[in-house]
Amino acid sequence: MIFNIPFIAVTALVLIGLYTVIFRRNLIKMVIGITIIQSGVNLFLITLGYRENSVAPIFTSLPPGTIVPEGMSFPVPQALTLTSIVIGVAVLALMLSLIIHIYRHYGTLDSKEIGGNEE
Amino acid sequence: MNIIDFLLQHSPALIVAIPLLGAFLTPLISRINNKARNIFVILILGLTTSIVFLLANDVFAGNIHTYVFGSQDLALPIVRILFEVDAMSAFMAIIGSILALVAVIYSWAFIKENTGLDKFYTLILLTTAGMFGMVLTGDMFNLFVFLEITSIASCALIAFWTNKGKSVEAGFKYIVISSIGALFLLFAIALLYGQYNALNIATLANAIQFSFLDKIALVLLIAAFAMKAGIVPMHMWLPDAYSKAPASVTIVLVGATQASLYGVFRVCFTLYGNTINLSPASIGWIIVLLGLITMLLGVAMALIQSDFKRLIAFSAVAEIGFMFLGIGAGLTVLGNAEMMAAIGIPAMSGGVFHIMNDALDIGLLFLVAGAIYYATRETSLDKLGGLARNMKYTTVFFIIGLFAVSGIPPMNGFASKLLIYESTFQLNPILSIVAILSSIMLLAVFVKVFHSVFLGPSLPKFKEVKEVPKSMLIAMGIIASIIIVFGLFPELIINNIVEPAVSALVNYGDYIREVIPTFTGGI
Repeated sequence: MIFNIPFIAVTALVLIGLYTVIFRRNLIKMVIGITIIQSGVNLFLITLGYRENSVAPIFTSLPPGTIVPEGMSFPVPQALTLTSIVIGVAVLALMLSLIIHIYRHYGTLDSKEIGGNEE
Repeated sequence: MNIIDFLLQHSPALIVAIPLLGAFLTPLISRINNKARNIFVILILGLTTSIVFLLANDVFAGNIHTYVFGSQDLALPIVRILFEVDAMSAFMAIIGSILALVAVIYSWAFIKENTGLDKFYTLILLTTAGMFGMVLTGDMFNLFVFLEITSIASCALIAFWTNKGKSVEAGFKYIVISSIGALFLLFAIALLYGQYNALNIATLANAIQFSFLDKIALVLLIAAFAMKAGIVPMHMWLPDAYSKAPASVTIVLVGATQASLYGVFRVCFTLYGNTINLSPASIGWIIVLLGLITMLLGVAMALIQSDFKRLIAFSAVAEIGFMFLGIGAGLTVLGNAEMMAAIGIPAMSGGVFHIMNDALDIGLLFLVAGAIYYATRETSLDKLGGLARNMKYTTVFFIIGLFAVSGIPPMNGFASKLLIYESTFQLNPILSIVAILSSIMLLAVFVKVFHSVFLGPSLPKFKEVKEVPKSMLIAMGIIASIIIVFGLFPELIINNIVEPAVSALVNYGDYIREVIPTFTGGI
């Protein structure tokens, strides 16, 4: 059952991420949780496109003796993952910049204490 | 080929491309001066709106438009992105374009004193472009990308007043919810892609088997879109975001929320349309139940609020429940032609019509709340009072919004709510009783607001308050006049705009056949 390991890892990553977002009170840790979920989803996409014993789908640098296209892993999920990573970086930057502003206003990152005192 | 045909042929691409290009030109134009920038943004959105109407006019006549980016050879899988516009997409695009245009006209005076306005307008145009992309696209992954564009841009807009801690906090809540929602969506897309090796909605709908993995994907998709649309268990970000953002941003946000609602409908009716026949009732009833809870909880929370904008935000939550009720009632009888004609079509017409009515009513109320904030720098109901003496036009607009949102006859809210009451009563009387109850409570909520903000003795601290500037009055006037026209001639709107959108949802086969000509399902 060696090939199910990536899927188990995906489930574990998504659940750990969700746990972190829901139960951690520190905003930075919540952001870390979201990035963990994102890594889980990206890993899932990559795993979907993998064929056993396949090589990277780059036509110009195939090792000799590769069967085209069966010997290459599937390129579309990799393109999707790249897009998803780029979006993820933008979201991460935005979240961290918001956290900086929140810290300036409230002087704390504990989600229970934020918003209690007006402005 | 004349220019109109050319525009029509490329309109699905242009509707997204023009605001997108405009967004990145805006900082350059604002080097000239602020007035030029405002005029430029209004022109860009005016141009987009006219192209939307041109496209919608053709789509409502019965043609589904497809626009292919990439390989034209349809035999090759996934080497293209497809935009597919049917009547439902065009309907949502009309709502989005009206709201965005009104928002920029309103912003002219409302947000004049702030700094960083070039970025503000860039973000408004980006949100609008993302919203159009979401409703026009025919590709699941593309839907995810546009959803993220909308989320990122609108999150930055919610936190636009960074000098207020509450705004930044609301923005953070929004980005956390929407990024988790988007990741669920991506996970569901990966599940579907892994099974059917396709990302196109029509291709997927043709191939879908309703296996166990598909059921998981359906749950994830509905959860993700419902999170973004503010359905009750996931609604906690919405009152914060709506009430802490500038009023002209809120009205764009309403449009973005509606686009997520469109996602729910597209998934339920088109993507899973062919398989939902296997178990239509259960999924429909879940959506109806979510709608009922949303309605009741929304109005109950609205009743106890003391902040003007937060109160309107909770009634916006309640209004979303009405749409879910109408569309869900239609979904329960999907596949049964007789019941569909008797109950489903009227219920869904009510639900779809209410999407537009809600956008206009809630939009108008938020603009009025923004106008009051602009004039008095105050949103607490306890501190406001007697403003009808100083702001007579705003008062009139508020009364129009009040009647419309609570479904009082001469306004548009009545037309759509009556359709929902009548049809859901035949399905189960309790549904319409809950709906009418929520409507009455909404009236109670807004009568309370009307009394405490506009009536009563004139307060000494508001002696100097004047009517708001012209651009804000024009923006409110546009929405108010649309509300009155829709209220006086509901038949015209229902026959020409709403019916095509409903039949596009119900006859999902046409949408799929546009890409897969051999598809045989659908009514």
